[in-house]
Amino acid sequence: MPVLRWLRRHLIVIAGLLTLAYMILPNIVVMVFSFNKPNGRFNYAWQRFSLDAWTDPCGVADMCGSLSLSLQIATWATIGATALGTMIAFALVRYRFRARGAINSLIFLPMAMPEVVMAASLLTLFLNMGAQLGFWTVLIAHIMFCLSFVVTAVKARVMSMDPRLEEAARDLYAGPVQTFLRVTLPIAAPGIAAGALLAFALSFDDFIITNFNAGSTVTFPMFVWGSAQRGTPVQINVIGTAMFIIAVLVVVAGQLIANRRKNSARP
Amino acid sequence: MTQQQTEGGDVRLTGISKTYGSFKAVQPLDLTVPQGSFFALLGASGCGKTTTLRMIAGLEEATTGTISLGGRDITDLPPYKRPVNTVFQSYALFPHLDITENVAFGLRRRGIKSVKKQVDDMLDLVQLGDFAKRKPHQLSGGQQQRVAVARALINHPQVLLLDEPLGALDLKLRRQMQLELKRIQTEVGITFIHVTHDQEEAMTMADTVAVMNAGRVEQLGAPADLYENPKTTFVANFLGTSNLIEGEIAEAGEDILVGAGGMTLRLPAGRCQAPAARGGKLLLGVRPEKISLAHADDADSIAAGRNRVTGRIIDSSFIGVSTQYVVESPAGKALQVYEQNIERDTRLTPGAEVVLHWNPAHTFGLDAAQDIDAGVETVEDAT
Repeated sequence: MPVLRWLRRHLIVIAGLLTLAYMILPNIVVMVFSFNKPNGRFNYAWQRFSLDAWTDPCGVADMCGSLSLSLQIATWATIGATALGTMIAFALVRYRFRARGAINSLIFLPMAMPEVVMAASLLTLFLNMGAQLGFWTVLIAHIMFCLSFVVTAVKARVMSMDPRLEEAARDLYAGPVQTFLRVTLPIAAPGIAAGALLAFALSFDDFIITNFNAGSTVTFPMFVWGSAQRGTPVQINVIGTAMFIIAVLVVVAGQLIANRRKNSARP
Repeated sequence: MTQQQTEGGDVRLTGISKTYGSFKAVQPLDLTVPQGSFFALLGASGCGKTTTLRMIAGLEEATTGTISLGGRDITDLPPYKRPVNTVFQSYALFPHLDITENVAFGLRRRGIKSVKKQVDDMLDLVQLGDFAKRKPHQLSGGQQQRVAVARALINHPQVLLLDEPLGALDLKLRRQMQLELKRIQTEVGITFIHVTHDQEEAMTMADTVAVMNAGRVEQLGAPADLYENPKTTFVANFLGTSNLIEGEIAEAGEDILVGAGGMTLRLPAGRCQAPAARGGKLLLGVRPEKISLAHADDADSIAAGRNRVTGRIIDSSFIGVSTQYVVESPAGKALQVYEQNIERDTRLTPGAEVVLHWNPAHTFGLDAAQDIDAGVETVEDAT
């Protein structure tokens, strides 16, 4: 049975392709429908090809404002969570101190807590403290829930780092600052970058916690959710597609740079 | 070593010790390493040799005592301010930098801009000129080891510290690198302090060996001196193999006569490390290769004046260049004898009655109050 034999030989490839298709299909739908010209307000059924949304991405009232706000929050949340998370990760791996074990497990609490519960309790906390809901409460909340992810990513990297490398640097005339900048940071960089990317993605598309704590501020996910009640503008798909393409380009560029480095090292 | 032996660059440890909580890693010790010498700290793992090295490097703070280098007190200097560099056991090459940048690291940190020529020269010295642009993980263990040496040496430190630098290499490569390091040391003339648990390595490379045990220096001296004249049972057993025979002093004088297992053995008083009084206990030592083996039938042909011990062979192993016998005797349960395979006596098989004989001058005497098995390598230790 040649068919069966062919199947058996290519089973892994077929399974891989099917899984890939499963993951990519929704993204393709987003892309395709960014070129749709819907009848009425809902972009749910294919009508005909059009570039209208792409030529006028900010044509929907308030959407680009919310997008810009989301990007700002995501940027600051990434910076905050990455800086704090990196320090926490180093402290947890490198130093022995009281309550280290407790902190090690507490750090995972925000990940384990159901998000909607966390959102509601954060709101309670902010209200009790008399905080003005808006940009700052959202930012504080985002840094909080991104932290666990950054700590996890950086910790894995720091744990695999040989502390002798820093000793070697100090032995070779590098003071504490030089040692950190020239040895510690470059070696931990992949872990820190992974944590930062994760934080950015999590913050950018968070809806539940943001919705509870934003007050009258509207982020991009909130805008999409709100507009879904009244009709979905095609521009949402344009933004989604653009983000997707940028992410893919970043990944491809990273791979290319890594490959070139590897090749140049092998003369 | 002789003409370089000036006061100028000696490393001097005075009363140096290290305590972790209640554990004394290094007992207060005094040690002077003359400038330009190849000095080995030898001991089993956990004897404090690496801690001592790290204190010299500044990577470990001394609990008590002072360290001086060429008369200058460096005890409180951080590692990056000491004119001392280290070759780490794991090499600790920077994985994100290529070989050139690894080697140039120390120069750059001291603000030296044009490093190319020095780096090239140094890579030539360790024969790695073609690998300048590679990353550490693209090199073999032996090559990485040489990069680690180059990275330290390029700074012209007053002292180079080597922490088991050959431990991760296989036997053949290790022998090759021992000679290589010795060559480099002779070429650059820098003081090398080498930490190792491998006694052959220490004896091959170093001018002076300090044998460490439980945080103390047991004995210090030239390799041949340590081997021929061990002062403690630990040194006798740790450096090579020794036959230690327990006996009672029958007569003290220029030659000490010792009774052991019904036989009388002779020991020159000058080679006895313990006070010799009639009736006192003594440990007699003799190295296995100093002993000759004769079949009991030929006992009469043994020259007079030699120490003799009768016994029976219980085991023999042929290892090419020599045959190693284990002999059971009233003087000792398992005496080791190494015989060169020049003319093999076919009667010398397990079960044969034999006479062990050796020149009394090769006997050494140790204090019997010590643990007779101190420093004997057990199966787990032997690597």
